[in-house]
Amino acid sequence: MTNLEVNIHGLTLKNPIMTASGTFGNGYEYSDFFDVSCLGGIILKATTAEKRDGNPYPRMAETANGMINAVGLQNKGVDFFETDIYPKVKYFNTNVIANVAGSSIESYVEVARRMNRFEHIAAIELNISCPNVKQGGMSFGTKPESAREITSAVREVYDKTLIVKLTPNVTSVVDIAEAVIEGGADAVSLVNTFMGMAIDVETRKPVISTITGGVSGPAIKPMALRMVWQVAKAVKVPVIGIGGISTAEDVVEFLLAGATAVEIGTANFINPRATVDALEGLRKYMADHKINDVKELIGGLL
Amino acid sequence: MIIIGNTRISDDYFILECKDSQPLPCIKPGQFAHIKVEGNPSVYLRRPFSIHDCNYEKNTISFLIKIVGNGSATLSQLKENEVVSIVYPLGNGFSDEVAAEGKSLLIGGGVGIAPIFFLAKELKRNKCDYDVLLGGKKVSDLLCYSQLKQFCSVFCTTEDGSEGTRGFVTDHEIMRNISRYDRIFCCGPTPMMKAVGKKACDNGIFCEVSLENKMACGFGVCLCCVTPTNDGNRCVCTDGPVFNINELKW
Ligand SMILES: Cc1cc2nc3c(=O)[nH]c(=O)nc-3n(C[C@H](O)[C@H](O)[C@H](O)COP(=O)(O)OP(=O)(O)OC[C@H]3O[C@@H](n4cnc5c(N)ncnc54)[C@H](O)[C@@H]3O)c2cc1C
Ligand SMILES: Cc1cc2nc3c(=O)[nH]c(=O)nc-3n(C[C@H](O)[C@H](O)[C@H](O)COP(=O)(O)O)c2cc1C
Ligand code: FES
Repeated sequence: MTNLEVNIHGLTLKNPIMTASGTFGNGYEYSDFFDVSCLGGIILKATTAEKRDGNPYPRMAETANGMINAVGLQNKGVDFFETDIYPKVKYFNTNVIANVAGSSIESYVEVARRMNRFEHIAAIELNISCPNVKQGGMSFGTKPESAREITSAVREVYDKTLIVKLTPNVTSVVDIAEAVIEGGADAVSLVNTFMGMAIDVETRKPVISTITGGVSGPAIKPMALRMVWQVAKAVKVPVIGIGGISTAEDVVEFLLAGATAVEIGTANFINPRATVDALEGLRKYMADHKINDVKELIGGLL
Repeated sequence: MIIIGNTRISDDYFILECKDSQPLPCIKPGQFAHIKVEGNPSVYLRRPFSIHDCNYEKNTISFLIKIVGNGSATLSQLKENEVVSIVYPLGNGFSDEVAAEGKSLLIGGGVGIAPIFFLAKELKRNKCDYDVLLGGKKVSDLLCYSQLKQFCSVFCTTEDGSEGTRGFVTDHEIMRNISRYDRIFCCGPTPMMKAVGKKACDNGIFCEVSLENKMACGFGVCLCCVTPTNDGNRCVCTDGPVFNINELKW
């Protein structure tokens, strides 16, 4: 019997494969393709205190093996979350994790406080790494001091597992990881998107309305893997790997680099079954390599 | 799905016919499919195309595609018996159920004729009263013109005057008498849909248009494909691609 179970600070995942925020909607959109409860966890689209309409169209550009997005945290706010989203996602038979974003410390704290009351929200992922908003977002995640400050403010109101999601757009992601752990993070997830841009050579204009956006997809995998490896070596809390993961081999790479679990993002757009396919592939990899417990892979880089 | 036909109908356009191993789900004109493009490293995302025709007996659907870039060019090379990954049907189609009464006008511009052709066939099957107006730059852009002429009344305009009235669809004389129609269904380039939408609005006529925003996921999770509406930004893939013009902030 292969054991796929992993632990993120008291949170038990039946397997290490989760979905990345903003790429999986609220989970039920994928129910036509497979039973999403088979995953280790579902990380929902970001929730902010107030409704946000996001950035103007065009918000997306395709790039070599990836894409740039500038959605800008479009969501209907935490009140709508309570009345319309929570009643549906609470029935998933797996960990449902909210992604919390905001424009000020107060607004992050408010959403975290509300999320704390929902019995079936197993954890929150604090998004201090969104590159597509003018205020807040990534600006909290690029300096150790502000990253620590916002994490400890949220820690005060949030009792369950607190994951902080890090941006790769910094000189030393290890410094930020250490700062949020000091601030009270139970785990870190990385990476969010890399800042990038694209230009239409016919019009000489930027392809997306905000000029810059966040690059995701297979194109960013090598950099993401390197950062996960660096952080996992440096910190004691669980690390969740994100960035360009599309296949079971990618998952294994991140586990070997030290990730306890992973999130699959953009790959879901190309293959809506990317997460289950990776899960089946992981089982097969373990069988082929006679590995009984997935924990043997974590940090197993030789 | 398996490719069972790939026919070049002119330099720029081809028709791709695909067969599903399963019985087809019910498909409405205006709905689209998201096709994975294999074998071209510069194409990563799927590409959205309107369903142009379907055959429930043979379990086939077809697409009318214009070659504009890498994705469409790669699809144009597909051979019979090759397998392609197609997610369909996606989005909401035209409200063809309202076409039972009165008279409808179907307007298709360029490759926007793809879903309009499918709609014309469905309305014919349901014995609805309607006319079709096609617009293109030149006569070779009037796709499906001869096929449509076989079963319904078709008008057309070309910008170079090579067929029908010279100019845009809004220059055609039937547009001067637009109040004869109870509703308009339109798909084409955005400037054309805006012009038609304005005409419909000015005359208080029900009008639906099908938008072609760029998409990543195609089923409402990435929020990349939005269009501004009276209700804020909404997804073209799941709330559309067909919208009533009164909903749009145009
Ligand atoms: C709901 C929907 C239905 C569609 N139905 C059809 C159809 O039936 N037949 C058909 O031929 N096309 C249709 N399209 C457009 C089609 O999706 C694009 O032409 C295609 O994605 C282009 O891919 P490419 O790789 O060939 O071109 P790219 O290399 O991606 O782009 C080449 C050029 O085309 C432009 N372009 C790309 N996508 C679009 C778009 N969505 N709208 C306008 N310009 C674009 C780019 O800006 C660029 O200048 C539809 C689009 C949508 C959203
Ligand atoms: C369209 C889109 C929307 C996203 N929205 C969010 C979001 O709301 N919150 C968040 O923390 N990350 C968001 N992300 C970042 C992803 O969760 C993920 O960190 C990133 O895309 C890298 O992983 P990937 O390469 O597997 O996609 C978004 C990414 C994309 C492509
Ligand atoms: S294309 Fe992703 S939401 Fe419409």
